[in-house]
Amino acid sequence: MAENTARTRGNLPPLELYVPEPRYRPGDVVDYSHLPVPPAGQLGRPDENCPASETWPMTTDMIRVLDEDDRAVGPWNPGLDAETLRRMLRTMALTRAFDDRMYRGQRQGKTSFYMKCTGEEAISVAHAHALAHDDMVFPTYRQQGVLISRGYPLVEMVNQIYSNRADKLKGRQLPVMYSARDFGFFTISGNLATQFPQAVGWAMASAIKGDTRIASAFVGEGSSAEGDFHAAMTFAAVYNAPVVLNVVNNQWAISSFSGFAGAERTTFAARAAGYGIAGLRVDGNDALAVYAASQWAADRARANQGPTLIEHFTYRAEGHSTSDDPSAYRSAQEREEWPLGDPIMRLKKHLIVLGEWSEEQQEAMDRELVEQVKVATKEAEKNGVLGHGLHHPFHTMFEDVFEELPWHLEEQAAQAIRERETKWPEWKGEGHD
Amino acid sequence: MTEEDSISLRDAPTRQMNMIEAINDALDIMMARDPDIVILGEDVGYFGGVFRATAGLQKKYGRNRVFDSPINECGIVGAAVGMAAYGLRPVPEIQFADYIYPGLDQLVSEAARMRYRSAGEFTSPITIRSPFGGGIFGGQTHSQSPEALFTHVAGLKTVIPATPHDAKGLLIAAIEDNDPVIFFEPKRIYNGPFDGYYDKPSRTWKGHAGGVVPEGYYKTPLGKARIVCEGSALTVLAYGTMIHVAEAVLAEKGVDAEIIDLRTLVPLDMATVEKSVEKTGKCLVIHEATRTSGFGAELVTLVQERCFYHLEAPVERVTGFDTPYPHSLEWAYFPGPVRIGEAVDRLLKD
Ligand SMILES: Cc1ncc(C[n+]2csc(CCOP(=O)(O)OP(=O)(O)O)c2C)c(N)n1
Repeated sequence: MAENTARTRGNLPPLELYVPEPRYRPGDVVDYSHLPVPPAGQLGRPDENCPASETWPMTTDMIRVLDEDDRAVGPWNPGLDAETLRRMLRTMALTRAFDDRMYRGQRQGKTSFYMKCTGEEAISVAHAHALAHDDMVFPTYRQQGVLISRGYPLVEMVNQIYSNRADKLKGRQLPVMYSARDFGFFTISGNLATQFPQAVGWAMASAIKGDTRIASAFVGEGSSAEGDFHAAMTFAAVYNAPVVLNVVNNQWAISSFSGFAGAERTTFAARAAGYGIAGLRVDGNDALAVYAASQWAADRARANQGPTLIEHFTYRAEGHSTSDDPSAYRSAQEREEWPLGDPIMRLKKHLIVLGEWSEEQQEAMDRELVEQVKVATKEAEKNGVLGHGLHHPFHTMFEDVFEELPWHLEEQAAQAIRERETKWPEWKGEGHD
Repeated sequence: MTEEDSISLRDAPTRQMNMIEAINDALDIMMARDPDIVILGEDVGYFGGVFRATAGLQKKYGRNRVFDSPINECGIVGAAVGMAAYGLRPVPEIQFADYIYPGLDQLVSEAARMRYRSAGEFTSPITIRSPFGGGIFGGQTHSQSPEALFTHVAGLKTVIPATPHDAKGLLIAAIEDNDPVIFFEPKRIYNGPFDGYYDKPSRTWKGHAGGVVPEGYYKTPLGKARIVCEGSALTVLAYGTMIHVAEAVLAEKGVDAEIIDLRTLVPLDMATVEKSVEKTGKCLVIHEATRTSGFGAELVTLVQERCFYHLEAPVERVTGFDTPYPHSLEWAYFPGPVRIGEAVDRLLKD
């Protein structure tokens, strides 16, 4: 192996490789003073029909509605009634209660895996509230709040997570990889970012047919580095697709900070400019700001003014998944010091300031939600937990590969069933194979 | 193995390692020997990879040589092609084999043909490491065995170790190889051999001959199969996790089988295979990947073509099913002892 020796020329400086490094590692004291948190209410709100270029100042700044005193201020204030605010608060709190319970379920061995969205509840919940109920969402794995907002039964979610015999996805998908077409929730892929161009295609189809429904897609900031992100942006721009493209910037992609997706150079929202589409950057822990930006983008798409890229600026408060230990790569203090606060607490305080809510009501609601999740979990557990997971008739393993079962799969199904008699003689198929 | 290698190996002190430690050790040794080796991939730097295979290497060799990458497999492979064109020897990690597809064009159309199309002006001495295979409840996107896709591409080598000892020796050989190598790590046996009985306590590499790993540099040459055990009743061709399952089943059945760990699918050690099948007259091929157009089809064909007059029974194939890996029915999908046992019975019927 010949060693490569650098060629130096005259007095030219040697080239240097730059490898990003996050500011804080385990044990470091965290100081967020480098992170600009603009005051709420300062950014102007252009008309939804404006040229994309008018949004460019909004791609580097940050749309914020809730101020230091928990009041809603400025032109982006969506002016929601107390009823809607309470509903959003409740859904966000329910999402968190659900996550907590499922996390424990995984620790108790009821399923193989779980992913929380702690700290990001405002993004999926407020976004879902701003969309029409039949717009199609192309989620990634941290948008359980969309399903919960749309009233998808918690029991069904647990069935899926436990891969039990009532799981509508027949125990095939990894836990949290839901699919709920009737709720406008596209089937989740484990392969990152693939849903982004698909959402654009769905939106194009809606336009081809003269429909009124739009599509909305989610991707993590880490996954925005995938080629699929750029494929989606190009198609969205070229065909002026009625789509909202959301990047959830929660600062971390497993152990890699956002710098490895390019965050040190520009914001994620600013990528819109290069494609000539509208872009907004929003405080993702401010439910009202998320609602306002989402509504703006949805209205724009519906008015045939084309796509919008929204960056939701937030923080992944918990580990990446139950298989991850964030204390191995980031300072524990990061979460404590996060300057944009907790989305649920901020919305709660806002409602209290409005005189529409109280700490007592919040406590009572939290107790009620814990109970609601518990009831759903118990109900789902009647259908089994993952265990060694032999709930599904073996024949289902071969179904849905194709619409019709070809001979070779029929043969393989027969083989699987035959093997079962040896492997699990006690197995009861409830009338099915 | 060259004479020199085997001598240094014989005298080398050994250490008990699991497969991750062996891979880490191989990377460490090679990085120390060759300053042109660089490692890139998702989470491989500070954190040392989600399976910890690169743990400690960034600290030791610096961020110029071990660094995290954007989540962009096309970028990882494409950049590796460019680095190799400069003269480096990149060892990229793809976090799971299931995620290699976005990088496929760079791999298949570019890395694999670089030497051919430039008549050797440019080459791609890249070793792509990636955990593959099922048995960890990883669902459809953390369980695939896509090796056949790569063996179908002219210009790629495909390597799959079955023990820590081989993982280290083969990885060193792969890194030194001047062609692009796909190095698939059977993640089910990272921590211990797996006999296919998922409901029994898992074992560790401690006490297993394959877990005894020589210290320092040694090479396990590519294209050289390992005879796991000699026998005369039948030849078993397998690799990775399935070696251990086959061993357990055949021992249990008391069959005097010759089990061959192929170690590298391309280049394939056909001489060892032929010699064995000519001796036993029967052949069983096992892999975890889906059946249709799997590497087993290639093996069966080769055996038919070259050993036909020695065969006393049709060559048998035990594989995964032609479905994606189902999360909850993982153990019904996995080609375990029952499926292998049935095939052995058929082969030995008369
Ligand atoms: C194509 C592909 N490459 C790699 C992975 C492995 N992987 C799963 S999640 C993840 C990190 C994603 O981070 P981000 O997009 O920021 O989303 P977050 O988890 O922070 O919500 C990685 C690398 C994958 N699932 N798919």
